Amino acid sequence: MITVIFFAALREQLACSTIELAAQGINNVAELKKVLIDQHPSWRSHFENSSLLYAINKTVVDEQHPISANDEVAFFPPVTGG
Amino acid sequence: MEDLDNTVKVIVQSYDFIVANEVNWLEQDNYEDGATVTFCGRVRQSNLNKQVFGLFLEHYPGMTEKTINDIIRQAQAKWEIGRVSVIHRIGQLNVGEQIVFVGVTSPHRKDAYAANEFIMDFLKVQAPFWKKELTTEGETWLNAKQTDEDKAELWRKK
Repeated sequence: MITVIFFAALREQLACSTIELAAQGINNVAELKKVLIDQHPSWRSHFENSSLLYAINKTVVDEQHPISANDEVAFFPPVTGG
Repeated sequence: MEDLDNTVKVIVQSYDFIVANEVNWLEQDNYEDGATVTFCGRVRQSNLNKQVFGLFLEHYPGMTEKTINDIIRQAQAKWEIGRVSVIHRIGQLNVGEQIVFVGVTSPHRKDAYAANEFIMDFLKVQAPFWKKELTTEGETWLNAKQTDEDKAELWRKK
């Protein structure tokens, strides 16, 4: 299973904080996004936002980064701490 | 040589911190470092003219600490620094409250100043915190600022 977590404004826009997906057929972040959009068509515009960031197992990665079973994948907007 | 655990402190907490206690942690029994530089950030009164009464800070537990530790390791590689303390608060914070503390010690002030600024500049653009501004007109997630990104980019070019 892949655990997907959403943060901040994105979590509120999707009205979803975390979901679990079967890892089969999902090889990278871009493919994960496609599966999520297929399952939730209303999420498309939020995932097409070019400023969206991705982290796998708590490290920021790009869309082509491979995903393995049991990975934790996070989607979030640009950070605003400090 | 002290081990890393005794020289680096990274804490994310909802409750307030006392700057004097943090300075004490940095300096106690530390006879190698003659310089201590501290930064403390607080919630501002207003942003873009709206009446702000506070902020709500969310973070990504685990990734936040990992990211800040990575930034500190980069600073240790660039400058001769002794102890480092980073404290960042989460949850609701009202105007005037402290949000973030960064403290760095070094044998020399130049390294302490530079490392402190470096850590703060990268915390701003890499540590997974998000601020929601609480105003009399409602709540708004803040957008990341290009000026913060530009500031971090300057370090990358150095």
